[in-house]
Amino acid sequence: MTTTESGAALGSAQAVPLQHPRKIYYGTIAMRVLLYLVVLWGAVVFAIPFYWMIRTAVMPAYQVNLYPPQWWPDSFHFENFRSPFVGPFPFSRWFINSATISIMSSLGVVLSASLVGFGFARLNFPLRNVLFILVLSTMMLPEHIRLIPTYLMFVELGWVNSFLPLIVPNWFAPPFHVFLMRQFFMTIPREMDDAAKIDGCGYLGIYARIFIPLSLPVMGVSAIYQFTFTWNDFLHPLVYLQQVENYTIALGLRLFEGYMRSNMQDMMASALMAVMPTIIIFFVAQRYFIQGIVVTGVKG
Amino acid sequence: MTASERAGSSTSRTLHPARREALAGLAFISPWLIGFVVFTAGPMLASLYFSFFRTDLLGLWEFVGGQWYRGLWRDSLVHKAMLNTAYYAFVMVPLSTTLALFIAVLLNQNIRGQSVWRTIYYLPSVVAGAAVAILFKWLYQPDIGLLNSILDRVFGITGPRWIFSEEWAMPSVIIMALWGSGGAMLIFLAGLRGIPTALYEAAKIDGAGPIRSFFAITIPMLTPTILFNVVLNIIASWQVFTQVLIMTQGGPNNATLTMVLHLYNTGFSQFLFGYASAQAWALFLAILIFVLLAIRSASSWVQYER
Repeated sequence: MTTTESGAALGSAQAVPLQHPRKIYYGTIAMRVLLYLVVLWGAVVFAIPFYWMIRTAVMPAYQVNLYPPQWWPDSFHFENFRSPFVGPFPFSRWFINSATISIMSSLGVVLSASLVGFGFARLNFPLRNVLFILVLSTMMLPEHIRLIPTYLMFVELGWVNSFLPLIVPNWFAPPFHVFLMRQFFMTIPREMDDAAKIDGCGYLGIYARIFIPLSLPVMGVSAIYQFTFTWNDFLHPLVYLQQVENYTIALGLRLFEGYMRSNMQDMMASALMAVMPTIIIFFVAQRYFIQGIVVTGVKG
Repeated sequence: MTASERAGSSTSRTLHPARREALAGLAFISPWLIGFVVFTAGPMLASLYFSFFRTDLLGLWEFVGGQWYRGLWRDSLVHKAMLNTAYYAFVMVPLSTTLALFIAVLLNQNIRGQSVWRTIYYLPSVVAGAAVAILFKWLYQPDIGLLNSILDRVFGITGPRWIFSEEWAMPSVIIMALWGSGGAMLIFLAGLRGIPTALYEAAKIDGAGPIRSFFAITIPMLTPTILFNVVLNIIASWQVFTQVLIMTQGGPNNATLTMVLHLYNTGFSQFLFGYASAQAWALFLAILIFVLLAIRSASSWVQYER
């Protein structure tokens, strides 16, 4: 917008900062203090909801609904974390269900998207560019547009109320992951392929012996994204899972909430446990996470 | 995969190498091709087809022509849902993009403990979902909730009734969603890293202060990333669902009824799957128009390198 304008004006104000070095120096210190204050203040605001979840989860019941709210528990009640498991709901089952669906989905995504990504990155076939543009445009397709026919298809297959509708589509190379893999594969030097070819590798051999070992980080990114997404997903489990024993933890929490209105410490203990796997995975794989965003994000 | 295996082995020496490669390529992309037909293109066409029927997906299939589409124009609940979703999207997209950019620029200032700050700001977007909606529902409780207690005791303001107020329910959903702006922030941080430091040095020599450098270098160099985030955000915002379902179920008095929630209700509660499909297409067209507008506008404000 104003680039050319201000860019042209840049030259005019030349030696000014050099004339008042001390003033600038104090100014910089003040700026840095201000910077840290703003960052700290924002971080506190961002952290408070988490803190509130944790402090409620370990609070004694009588203290939870006091007004004004208490910032620190009188005593720590870690047994709050046990009560969801001994309650009327199959809480541990929900965890296992979520884990099963998320792990199977991640596995499918990594396997299928890496094969497809390899095809797009390395092999020449008719309409390759057109098809890749199709991959990119379906990446942006809103989910709800295909929800009802897909639902009907899974009803016809008799898969409703099983995990299959939540897992199987992920074994067919979701476009975002194809894009991620393809972008990464493009950075692997062609000489690697040639060397493998000379050693007698076919395409599948190049994929399995060269590309898989070299792209474990990007596969990790892909798996983590899919795991987190599936773990947090609400719409699809809501549509496909009807029996309470088949619920994922996200669905279960909502059911739980209906019964737990006056029992916030148990509710928050459950919520905390429900978000723990994604948080742990984030901390374990932070580096890959950020790398993945660099690979996909900046290229636009 | 069998084609590529065969292609790799010596038995198919008769095939022309280019043909062999093409076959292998199609074999490699076949998971996506099949998925595209079965889970994307097929269902999309089917949903268009459904939208011309009155159907419960069981026995009832009655052709009704454009009745559902005419119904969209007269259905005040659809209007409400469309307006609510537009309200959410038009507030959310600029606010969260600005917030994410602001935080990213702050964290990019050679600051100590950057990875710790980055984690704190990013973490909320990792846990998005049911648990967070339940947590915020509680923070928003007007009488004993944390938010109103802080407003009252620190600022002396009597807070609104948040998710229980027609006026404040949608802002409540937006504030919660803003808490999850960390994803966009990370993308901005990556974009900021990509700006050559030589540009800043040149600007400094020319006497530009930090604010001028920001508007003359950072913002223009970041415009492709801004566009990327805006497009992603438009698509996500128009589909807001989980948060409103858990926090307000569309209430109070439909103040937070969004399009995806409404089409979910129409289909899976009222079993009007034809009408729900027509709503899905209306929403899809809305998203498409705004995404295309964003992309078309890009030529006037996005600065591409080279």
